[in-house]
Amino acid sequence: MPVLQPIGRMFLSFLEATGRLTLFTLVSLSHCVRPPFYPRLIGRQMLEIGYFSLPVVGLTAIFTGMVLALQSHTGFSRFSAEGAVATVVVLSITRELGPVLAGLMVAGRIGAAMAAEIGTMRVTEQIDALTTLSTNPYKYLVAPRLIAGVTMLPLLVLVADSIGVFGGYLIGVYRLDFNPASYLTRTWEYLEIMDVVSGVVKAAVYGFIIALMGCYHGYHSTGGAQGVGGATTNAVVSASILILTFNYVITALFFSS
Amino acid sequence: MTTPKLELTDVHKRFGANRVLDGFDLSVGRGESVVVLGGSGTGKSVMLKCILGLLHPEAGSIKVDGEETVGIGQRERDRINRQIGMLFQGAALFDSLPVWENVAFGLLAQKRCGRRSARDRAVEILGQVGLGERIADLYPAELSGGMRKRVGLARAVATRPAIMFFDEPTTGLDPIMSDVINNLICSSVKDLGATALSITHDIASARKIADRVAMIYQGRIIWAGAVAEMDQVDNPYVDQFIHGRAEGPITSGMAG
Repeated sequence: MPVLQPIGRMFLSFLEATGRLTLFTLVSLSHCVRPPFYPRLIGRQMLEIGYFSLPVVGLTAIFTGMVLALQSHTGFSRFSAEGAVATVVVLSITRELGPVLAGLMVAGRIGAAMAAEIGTMRVTEQIDALTTLSTNPYKYLVAPRLIAGVTMLPLLVLVADSIGVFGGYLIGVYRLDFNPASYLTRTWEYLEIMDVVSGVVKAAVYGFIIALMGCYHGYHSTGGAQGVGGATTNAVVSASILILTFNYVITALFFSS
Repeated sequence: MTTPKLELTDVHKRFGANRVLDGFDLSVGRGESVVVLGGSGTGKSVMLKCILGLLHPEAGSIKVDGEETVGIGQRERDRINRQIGMLFQGAALFDSLPVWENVAFGLLAQKRCGRRSARDRAVEILGQVGLGERIADLYPAELSGGMRKRVGLARAVATRPAIMFFDEPTTGLDPIMSDVINNLICSSVKDLGATALSITHDIASARKIADRVAMIYQGRIIWAGAVAEMDQVDNPYVDQFIHGRAEGPITSGMAG
């Protein structure tokens, strides 16, 4: 049955990749909680993921908040419901757009960099050198990135939430002529703690996904520069798809009732 | 009879249908320097990676100091690797660390000293391989190929290992720099009293650093003997390889 062979081969390779990713995840997680730890490396990754991603995440957030205010005003004005603009902006930003857009931007910036760096280390035998120097590559390379990803993304998202809401405020007050005090009141009035918490939880999951995909694809890259290039692309694409998938899953868990 | 420092017996390793090591046997005595000669793709690097635990052989035995290493746990592997120093083909220096931290990496990983004294020790070892203090704070990308090899050698000897591996130590270097590296390898191994296992296809390098030479072909050792016997050996494979002839039993597809 020559038609079935490629399907079977694809299915087997899918199972193999799933098993390899599962093992990689479990081994990496076990090294996150077992000493020795590398605080210098964790700090460096936190700086890279958190601080150096601020400009791109901030710019994305402010323009998203501004566009959201404009678009929702256009829509709500048809029902004479312009007063809901501030509420729509804050809920959209905190629940969905803040974490998702920050996650996608960081996936492009950090996930690619992780895959490229670790992939280059793999093809130039630097990972083998780590092992011969009695240093576990999971502990030295993967664990600090996972810890930094999980801790920094929520902080980035909180900043993105604030900047996004501020973008909406700018448009609301200076372009759409809302009263500043009433815009702020409307912003706070319907915002619940769960809206922010769900975004922060999403961000932690996205941080884990981004670091995991960057490390996994880099760690298993082969074949020189072309292999590293492929690993970089795969890291960004798989992280982006997983972010959108888990966005639905987490949203359903938090708000389906 | 003394236990060999390294002993590989009937080691088999394959990748898919490709048998890379096919009954590989090799014994290296304490304080001996053995060079494994062979063309590209004959299994030299795989053999080294099996000894280091980076690859796992399907069958066979690999003993270090008489202790079996095939199938051991990570803790035992780390303990064994602590007595091993390795110079990689491309030096494999860590791009994100300055030269001194590369050299002192093993010392810091094994917590043998603090960062300040590790740096002093790194500068001292760099001096031993002919590099001045000024390069200690440079990054690997700022070094030439020869300097990278020297730094790689400095990193390999920093923890004063009992066993040293050299993977194609002169590949990509000009003849003078190759000789410099060969001299450094000889002096480092002699100073440490280490056992050395090198793999190369550079005959001049083998003549310089080896006490004994073994030739690998199609995943197994086809000849082994003292370096002085290499030119008199009546083996067409060895004869073709050491004289670099295109004609002979080794086909270009195998040796290429």
